[in-house]
Amino acid sequence: MGANHDHDPYAATRPHGRALRLGIGGPVGSGKTALTAALCRALRDELDLAVVTNDIYTTEDADFLRREAVLSDDRITAVRTGACPHTAIRDDISANLDACEALQERHPGLDLIIVESGGDNLTALFSQGLADRQIFVLDVAGGDDVPRKGGLGVAAADLLVINKTDLAPLVGSDLAMMGRDAGKVRGGKPVVFSSLRERPGADEVAAWIRGVLHDLAHEHGEHEHEHGRERERAAAS
Amino acid sequence: MTRGYTARAAVTAAPGAGGAPRLTRLRSDGPLALRQTPDAVYLVGAAAGPLGGDDLELDLVVEPGARLAVRSAATSLALPGDGESRMTVRASVGAGAHLDFAPEPTVAARGCRHRAAAEIDLAADATLRWFEELVLGRHREEPGRHTSRFDVTVAGVPLLRHELRLTDRLACTSRAVLGDAGAAGSVLLAGPGVAAEPHAADGLAVLPLAGPGVLVTAVAADSAALRRLLAEGERRCRQAAGPAPTRQAAVAPA
Amino acid sequence: MRASLLLLADSRLPAGGHAHSGGLEPAVAAGAVRDVPALADFLRGRLATSGLVAAALAAAACAHAARGGGAWAALDAETDARTPSPAQRAASRAQGRSLLRVARTAWASPALDALAGTPGGPHHPAVLGAAAAAMGAAPREAAEITAYMAVTGPASAGIRLLGLDPLAVNRALAVLAADVDAVAAEAAGFADGPWAELPAASAPLLDLYAERHLRTDLRLFES
Repeated sequence: MGANHDHDPYAATRPHGRALRLGIGGPVGSGKTALTAALCRALRDELDLAVVTNDIYTTEDADFLRREAVLSDDRITAVRTGACPHTAIRDDISANLDACEALQERHPGLDLIIVESGGDNLTALFSQGLADRQIFVLDVAGGDDVPRKGGLGVAAADLLVINKTDLAPLVGSDLAMMGRDAGKVRGGKPVVFSSLRERPGADEVAAWIRGVLHDLAHEHGEHEHEHGRERERAAAS
Repeated sequence: MTRGYTARAAVTAAPGAGGAPRLTRLRSDGPLALRQTPDAVYLVGAAAGPLGGDDLELDLVVEPGARLAVRSAATSLALPGDGESRMTVRASVGAGAHLDFAPEPTVAARGCRHRAAAEIDLAADATLRWFEELVLGRHREEPGRHTSRFDVTVAGVPLLRHELRLTDRLACTSRAVLGDAGAAGSVLLAGPGVAAEPHAADGLAVLPLAGPGVLVTAVAADSAALRRLLAEGERRCRQAAGPAPTRQAAVAPA
Repeated sequence: MRASLLLLADSRLPAGGHAHSGGLEPAVAAGAVRDVPALADFLRGRLATSGLVAAALAAAACAHAARGGGAWAALDAETDARTPSPAQRAASRAQGRSLLRVARTAWASPALDALAGTPGGPHHPAVLGAAAAAMGAAPREAAEITAYMAVTGPASAGIRLLGLDPLAVNRALAVLAADVDAVAAEAAGFADGPWAELPAASAPLLDLYAERHLRTDLRLFES
């Protein structure tokens, strides 16, 4: 049941035949849950989506999402991490895989599963076996030197979100410097600034996700097309 | 050295008039003395024990449609003697039949080496109430070695296999097993329609089984507290059909 | 084969074990375990009861898989019958599912494939036994790994929950090692006998803790 009968452990991370799994990581308090809620509201009318939360101690994040009614209850699953939130998204992803598979079974048409981590330090990274793409969320109040210090999450995430920009003047954070520093450690991968207070739709992040799904669908279409042509050739010969 | 008793007692209950069973067999043997009263068959215990060396068996057959209650007149006291003592109860409960087995507690006295076993086979629509209490030693006494094994199958499929082993003192007083409890017990309610919500409180767990049945287990400082917990656990169980579980008989028969 | 067995026993095996405390978290919540001696006492009791039962089931599963047997539903029923707590049955199946995923990606085995059809996911000991058989291991080795995991999982949870000194916890495990071997040997003795006779040692307090845990708001571990 739970096993991936046909799962090729060495396959490239492509969401063919299943939902795209998007990891959202970042330090505790950086706004992961609020971002997740905003993304659900922004995307739920155009995408079939679900959320897995990795709460540290309670089901508070899942409860928050349920309370906010961003999705129906059967689309939100909480995973417990045994006091090791990093382990659950990186070293031993089985509980998260189980949760994703159960959601996929319940909702076979899912386009997107957001896997929200339980709050990490800067070295945390989603396993490729769990997340097809990952977002790392920092907030400006956490210190404007964080991007310069780097860390696996900041450097390697597919998208870096610098959140709560409305607080920058209050805490004396230099947004321009944060952007420059992040650009240096990230080798050109995108960075967006976000303020859910000013733009509650998380427009920048939602647009990035749409782009990812569009590109994948395009790739997938070409792949299918290629496959079809091969078959035609085979039939003709 | 005295040789222990080897006793084979048996009861066969057929459906009778007015709810009481018609006993087509009632065989007492040695210390296993049986008496029929209007509400139950009683083990009246013709000798102290079981003592080391005793090998006792009680065979219960409840024929289709019959109802049998088994009680005992007094606590049984497992005592040391010549080797290990054994008490085995075998029960077969036929279609639509009901067995209610609820003897007084067993006390595992210091130095005892007792092995209790119960093997019950239920027909698919038979019902069962099986009540067991074990007191770990007489007053302020460390219990001896006591193991009890309880095997229940429904139409041949295992419903519950449950052992309590008081063999390794360190293991059984572990805070994962019995802790400092002075008494431990369980009630199994089995049959179609038996249900309960899982529940856990101090010393009490109500455990709906994978098959048709609910196991209530409890640990307590003493036998009286244990009995209160088990009664509370039993109240949390629902039985779709049939009367409420028979209450523990309060008085012994004359 | 030896290295494969080590992989199977390794706590770094990505099979979900890190999120299960084997009843330790509720015992800590109840105040029953606060220090290393109490943890050692907890582990000793767990080993002698659910550890023995799981090890015997794993040994039987290993022997069954090695014989090419297909009676997994019957072994599943024997496991259910020895696990009266619904919370523990669910935890065993959750860990079984996770282990099965890991095992099937690493080792080819018809027994593992057959276990994939178990409704709700297979029980953990059955998968451990079948995985051990897939690498040619003996029932005794399946029992050893299972008994070992019965204490190392909760021990690691104790370190995380209470901040216990990991060196002291490791010493406690070293003291228990002989008991782990003895339990595995006893368990393996049942591998080829009738399943009905497999040990069924119960731990009333573990059952109680398992149920209480599921009804607790604040918890870090699945079980």
